[in-house]
Amino acid sequence: MTELTLVQAVNRGLAEAMRQDPDVLLLGEDIGTNGGVFRATEGLQKEFGAERVIDTPLSECGIVGTAIGMALYGLKPVAEIQFLDFIYPAFDQIVSELSKFRYRSGGQYPCHVVVRAPYGGGIRGGLYHSQSTEAFFCHTAGLKVVIPSTPADAKGLLLTAIHDEDPVMFLEPKRIYRSITGEVPDGDYRIPFGKARVAREGTDLTLVAYGAMMVPTLAAAERLAQDGLQAEVLDLRTLVPLDEATLLASVEKTGRLVIVHEAARTAGFGAEIAAIVAEKALYSLKAPIVRVTGYDTPFPYALEHLYLPSEERIVEAARGVGRTG
Amino acid sequence: MVLARALDERCLSLQRQGRIGFYVPLEGQEAAQVGCALALDPKDWIFPAYRELGVALARGVTLPELLDQFIGNSGDRLKGRQMPNHYGYRAQNFVVASSPLGTQIPQAVGAALAARRRGDPIVTVAFFGDGSTSTNDFHAGLNFAGVFRSPTIFFCQNNQWAISMPRSRQTMSATLAEKADAYGFRGVVVDGTDLGQVYRTVTEARTRALAGDGPTLIEAQVYRFGPHSTSDDPKRYRSDPEVAEWRRRDPLLRTKEHLMTAGDWTEAKDTALWTEVRGRIAEAWKAAEATSPLPPTSFLDDVFSTPTPQLENQRRELDDLLARKVIHE
Repeated sequence: MTELTLVQAVNRGLAEAMRQDPDVLLLGEDIGTNGGVFRATEGLQKEFGAERVIDTPLSECGIVGTAIGMALYGLKPVAEIQFLDFIYPAFDQIVSELSKFRYRSGGQYPCHVVVRAPYGGGIRGGLYHSQSTEAFFCHTAGLKVVIPSTPADAKGLLLTAIHDEDPVMFLEPKRIYRSITGEVPDGDYRIPFGKARVAREGTDLTLVAYGAMMVPTLAAAERLAQDGLQAEVLDLRTLVPLDEATLLASVEKTGRLVIVHEAARTAGFGAEIAAIVAEKALYSLKAPIVRVTGYDTPFPYALEHLYLPSEERIVEAARGVGRTG
Repeated sequence: MVLARALDERCLSLQRQGRIGFYVPLEGQEAAQVGCALALDPKDWIFPAYRELGVALARGVTLPELLDQFIGNSGDRLKGRQMPNHYGYRAQNFVVASSPLGTQIPQAVGAALAARRRGDPIVTVAFFGDGSTSTNDFHAGLNFAGVFRSPTIFFCQNNQWAISMPRSRQTMSATLAEKADAYGFRGVVVDGTDLGQVYRTVTEARTRALAGDGPTLIEAQVYRFGPHSTSDDPKRYRSDPEVAEWRRRDPLLRTKEHLMTAGDWTEAKDTALWTEVRGRIAEAWKAAEATSPLPPTSFLDDVFSTPTPQLENQRRELDDLLARKVIHE
């Protein structure tokens, strides 16, 4: 075990995978000499060489398109997109190509690329360094969507992603890249996809979150406990595949559900969670489902602290739900 | 080339009869496609667009494989997932095509870099048309290929029309091949109706790529004699005299004349070849049409290596609707 930040855990995960398998290689902008703008790939070019940690021209479309070709040929590329906000030039490659290769070829061409991208707000990054657009990828059949929230999960989920057989969008909550540390196992270990983490057990209501939102959500749960409300907190870890069983079991136990995400509310992933609970656990509910989310605006710069769900907003929503019914 | 032309004719007629849903003809581009394919090694990887029938046939993709795909029956290697012409066959190193234009170009670069990393002495070839030279992916792909000197051949069939947009509307460049200059590698224009010229050009490009001398952009100048697809009416945007002018350079006629002059090809042999080819197509079509349809829930397969619980649930829903005859196969 080693005490690491989340971004260090990503780095160790990449290094572990590259040591195990010469087919694993990285490509992206500024990832080699510079070690990545967030230092996620620091030291890796030195250890594995420029043939495996490839600095590319500035083209997300080129990065993902090239990674797809490498994967079709049998390598295991991990592509870094510098910010999720800049992924759109590669959107066609991801949505029209990467996600559909296995399907459209009748299973002849699996296409295993991991696309890593830091996402989310809270770093004074404005419109184009803050967005949380995971729902686009969840809505595209054929992509797995993974969002870690702890250093140990970051490494364990990343190793699972790199050894998976399907395309994986690995979205890293950059707001907590360095603000949290945790014990991370050494060597190889895998955290399975589709298994949510019960971050806190409780009986009175369920709080569901993922990524950077786990921090204010857990803080809110502690505040609620002082009021005598015991919140169960679920960290989804993977949105696709989604662990419906853990979600439904928790809601059936508590009868109350608050969903937290920093993405805009309309058609955000919270809508999917709410719909699943409404379809499958409606009669367990003692109160309406509530979403605490970003607003339906582009991501604001100066007032981001008001845009992002905070401990206070989550507590307020949970108290409202806790009083109902 | 004769097989490609004859199959093209047959498929256009099958589409008009409603027996296949859609078709993209290649008529006019046979010499470019076959000349290129014959210059390659079977281990080279093809990244086609959706008009590469001549390449597929030259690579050894069979009539049953193609016709089953056009119908989308249980024999279709792609399991009915795609429209006609959007096929791919791993055994022939013919990567599965898609409809978005140009996306295969950076992919071909990636596969070439992967092959080089593995030490495999192969090239990859991206096929695309004049319209695709305007896409993001063309720029990204050629730029990456230049920077990484990937063993890739970019084979552009400039058939003069991107649906209704003439070549002059795509770029102010005098040729498409000269775009390679900006990426730091070689660009060549060839007469795509001349089988031998195409073959020699691709052979040279392949040799250079394998020797580490970098990629080549080849602009094969051809003409699409027919519509863009069976949903298109070219009379809306181009003139009959223009088509007639190009038809004088029909690659099949040119090749036949060449073989009659230079070899021992005769009209009798030519007629016999056409008869034989049409017979093979008719026979293959009969078999394809008699092949059973796909199992109804097979469209739920191959989204992932193993289905998610959500997909499993959706399969149970569909099975139930079928079993209770709410909906029908």
